[in-house]
Amino acid sequence: MITSGHELLELCEKENKSISEVVIEDQIKALGLTREELFEKMRVNLNVMKRAAKLAVEEDIKSVSGLLDGDAKRINERNLKGDTICGDRINRAMTRALSCLEVNSSMGRIVAAPTAGSCGILPAVLITVAETNNSSEENMIKALFTASAVGGIIAHNATVSGAEGGCQAECGSASAMAAAAAVELSHGSPEMSLDAAAITLKCVLGLVCDPVAGLVESPCAKRNAMGAVNAMAAADMALSGIKSIIPFDEMVMAMYKVGRSMPCELKETALGGTAATPTAIEISKKIFGKD
Amino acid sequence: MNKNYSAFDIIGPVMIGPSSSHTAGAVRLGKAAAAIAGSDVEKVTFFLHGSFAKTYKGHGTDKALLAGVLGMETYDENIKYSFRIADEANLKYEFVETDLGDVHPNTVKFLFKKKNGDELSVTGSSIGGGSILITEVEGEEVEFTGDFPTIITSHYDRPGIITQVTSILSGMGVNIAFMKVFRTTRGDKASMVVETDSPVPKEALDLISKIDNIIKVKIINPV
Repeated sequence: MITSGHELLELCEKENKSISEVVIEDQIKALGLTREELFEKMRVNLNVMKRAAKLAVEEDIKSVSGLLDGDAKRINERNLKGDTICGDRINRAMTRALSCLEVNSSMGRIVAAPTAGSCGILPAVLITVAETNNSSEENMIKALFTASAVGGIIAHNATVSGAEGGCQAECGSASAMAAAAAVELSHGSPEMSLDAAAITLKCVLGLVCDPVAGLVESPCAKRNAMGAVNAMAAADMALSGIKSIIPFDEMVMAMYKVGRSMPCELKETALGGTAATPTAIEISKKIFGKD
Repeated sequence: MNKNYSAFDIIGPVMIGPSSSHTAGAVRLGKAAAAIAGSDVEKVTFFLHGSFAKTYKGHGTDKALLAGVLGMETYDENIKYSFRIADEANLKYEFVETDLGDVHPNTVKFLFKKKNGDELSVTGSSIGGGSILITEVEGEEVEFTGDFPTIITSHYDRPGIITQVTSILSGMGVNIAFMKVFRTTRGDKASMVVETDSPVPKEALDLISKIDNIIKVKIINPV
């Protein structure tokens, strides 16, 4: 188990290997699996991700509460007309992130990455970047191992739980994982992957977890769409040679400290932020029929 | 913090949304409770407490609990259709919001009514990330997670019973992971919960059920 970004980069440098290769070798030892078994296990996750990222575009999906209803279709239809502000690639990524969250909230099948509430970010970025680069399935699976190392380091030293660290810990971690994966898929260096992850965390530092009516729907779906965009922007910055002034490991600790100092009203309890607005309180009453 | 995570702890599990404690945990509670109740169930009443009572409609916890009783896995896409599937199987169900007292916020008490009129209760909590804890079976206090094969006995509180159970298990090469004993009054009815590292052979259960002063023994497979 690799427990810091520093250690990960040292291993990559010493052995002249990519992050994914170092992680795959580490996991073969840790889990006692062959390389083929390890890849097969991750391929199962990749296939569930691919399906969740398009299901809400292909089918009519409505969340159990009714709050999420067809947003992935809306953004996809407008993108198909070709006159978006952010362009095709970003709009495709947002469509995929929204689709995953709509599938999740309608009791469909997803992969927690690292959590259910942030399950749209990594698939959205991975699939969109792979589509652009014409990456093989094998390279997509490798990129998932790269993402898992970033998530594992955050979970080991800080937290990926919204209840413990706010949305910065949940969607922020997913974004950092996705950014590192995107860099590797685009042939960037291990340093660039961790720079992208660090930049991503900086850009969501302090983000609170404030779900309307306590449901994993609003603002979660939109934060997943933005989390994907955040990761892609950070990956582009890192690939261009922009460094993170603050190293990844220090950003993880900063994120953890910010999370610890957040009041509990802003950590998944639905007592603050968006959840405490008059409209959100009305919605909550409507869904649950009481306070 | 400071736990070691594998690649599949971070990317995974494959699950049914929206939340591990309200969906996956609820399915596992339903599975464990149904395994304890056994066959020929006519009706299940779910008494929902705390956050389960407050938010089950938005999270689909009711569908997940019933899906678990029907034996579905935590990644089964049919979980959302569990009401219809139960109707087709002629299984009656009812959800009641209640206050079970000083228990975990995500707690449910199952009341199973059998076709012969017998009733049986099971209580458990979804304690986060899909983990569960069963805390009551047929009015007796217990504590187990459903992660291991679990033996539950009902017996009279007499000296030597625990030794007899453990020696039967060790004789068959079954290692005990966790074990707890419970009683209300000295010498009266008691229960024992034994969680093991490997499956428990049927012969072991037969031998345990023949021990003097053992009233009943059940095995719950991991859920």
